[in-house]
Amino acid sequence: MTADTPLRRFVVDFLASPLAVIAGLGLLAIALTALFAGIIAPQNPYDLAQIDIMDGSLTPGTEGFGGFTYWLGSDEQGRDMLSAMIYGLRISLMVSFVAVSSAVTVGMVLGLLAAARGGWVETLIMRIVDIQLSFPALLVALLLLASLGKGVDKVIIALILVQWAYFARTVRAAALVEIRKDYVTAARAAALPQWRILFGHVLPNVMPPVLVIATVQIANAIAIEASLSFLGVGVPITEPSLGLLIANGFDYLLSGRYWISFYPGVALLVTLVCINVVGDHVRDILNPRMQR
Amino acid sequence: MLAYLIRRLGQAFLVMAVMATIVFFGLFAVGNPIDLLINPEADLAEQEETIRRLGLDKPVHVQFGFFLAGLAQGDLGTSFVHNRPALELILSRLPATLELAFLGILIAVVLGIPLGMIAGLKPEAPYSKVIMAGSVVGFSTPNFWQGLMLIMLFAVFLGWLPAGGRGDTVDVLGIPVSFLTWDGLSHLILPALNVAIYKMSLVIRLTRAGTAEVALQDYVKYARARGLSPFRVVGVHVLKNILIPVVTVLGLETGNVIAFAVVTETVFSWPGIGKLLIDSIGLLDRPVVVAYLMLTVFLFVMINLVVDIGYSLLDPRVRVKGGRS
Repeated sequence: MTADTPLRRFVVDFLASPLAVIAGLGLLAIALTALFAGIIAPQNPYDLAQIDIMDGSLTPGTEGFGGFTYWLGSDEQGRDMLSAMIYGLRISLMVSFVAVSSAVTVGMVLGLLAAARGGWVETLIMRIVDIQLSFPALLVALLLLASLGKGVDKVIIALILVQWAYFARTVRAAALVEIRKDYVTAARAAALPQWRILFGHVLPNVMPPVLVIATVQIANAIAIEASLSFLGVGVPITEPSLGLLIANGFDYLLSGRYWISFYPGVALLVTLVCINVVGDHVRDILNPRMQR
Repeated sequence: MLAYLIRRLGQAFLVMAVMATIVFFGLFAVGNPIDLLINPEADLAEQEETIRRLGLDKPVHVQFGFFLAGLAQGDLGTSFVHNRPALELILSRLPATLELAFLGILIAVVLGIPLGMIAGLKPEAPYSKVIMAGSVVGFSTPNFWQGLMLIMLFAVFLGWLPAGGRGDTVDVLGIPVSFLTWDGLSHLILPALNVAIYKMSLVIRLTRAGTAEVALQDYVKYARARGLSPFRVVGVHVLKNILIPVVTVLGLETGNVIAFAVVTETVFSWPGIGKLLIDSIGLLDRPVVVAYLMLTVFLFVMINLVVDIGYSLLDPRVRVKGGRS
């Protein structure tokens, strides 16, 4: 029999909820689709040689002139919506993943620093966090991009800027508890350098709450990126995310060509619901109050 | 208490000053409004006239000086595009946004609290599961796409309601409002629903959590034991005790409603301050963007100030950090 490790317990608890397992599998499928977009997508929507303008604005399920079936319809330029969505999904996921992992890193370093140093360093960092969190993320990102201009890199920067504070706050709170524990005193007694105590010993123990928040924040990042792109300050037209695809379809919606906006939105919604369901469940498992 | 108040006010002022600086220099870097605002066929004299009139010929720090001096007097510059004081322009659009926000919150509360209580009282019932699943979807649906779907369903396919714009307005005390005419109301319903659905999901979650907790308390059991009607137990004893967190969160969310109005107003071409902001960003109408920003920062700083002072009045422990009061 294997030992009952925390990880093993976590996996068992996670599998206990069928809904969370379905959402988790859905998320895995979405991530793999995005990762292998080039292989899975029926068409490369950015290769002009593969797009036929004659096939523009086809309803879902129509066969085009070249014998190609547009399962989810095509847009004005004759681009297959299914392929455009798969590529769009890749951009949406990539942007949010890079942004959140960078925000985790920044927040973690500053949060640990605040907890370990105390004094004016802590006051300064935590005041900035408070002020940052008192403004809605979408608005801060919107204004930032209004001054930075469009671009995938700029969206990532804006997302890091609106998200690091959540992680800094969480890490500091958890680290303050951990630093008082005996194993840290023992590490100090062993004369380990400060950075090694913080990053080697305290950090692994503050990870669980950080992971929960990171899951939720990835969903938030995807939604914020989509909203920004919809408002016209997000990703450029050459790299359309799901949000930009929806925005492009908006003009055609009123004339009844609903599919250009509808399906990318469904993809976005399914992704967000899956992440939120998994996040909710992970939070319940890791919440000490819910443990038996 | 006075010391706390002064410290808090000083902090609020500092935040405003820092934001003013960031906003001004951030927007200065964006692009040259001259290229956009001046007719390319205008001759050199006309061009220089316009540049001088808008104050764009001065060095950055001088423009910043003017900006700060104006700020102190409540003058946030004149819109390049509309040729009106930026603050006046924003204030003229504010009633539309507020009307939308209030109706949205009203719908969220009126529908969200009963639904949340039902889900909290009977957590295992199928209809409760439906309510909770609905709230997860409402929570996860991006606001703008939800707006598009409302348009698609009610304006394009069913044709019941208009897809955008504000419709007829009636002046009440000199302020135009939509909800008094049928035409205005029909234009208001979809955007207000768009604002409401996300808030409603939030209210449902909070109410359900509160109800599940309160329903087990002794005073609720006692009220039942006294033979009060279930309606009275739930409607008075339970409701009163779950309202506190709901009201607190809704108060804090009011600011968010205004932030997300940017999205809703863009989708429904609703002529409020959010639409104005997006249009102004597109047109590089710097004074309007700066004025919008300063107004929003002011609003949020004020909300936080009021919340903090409220807490310190209710809970003296908050003040301890700031020394004796």
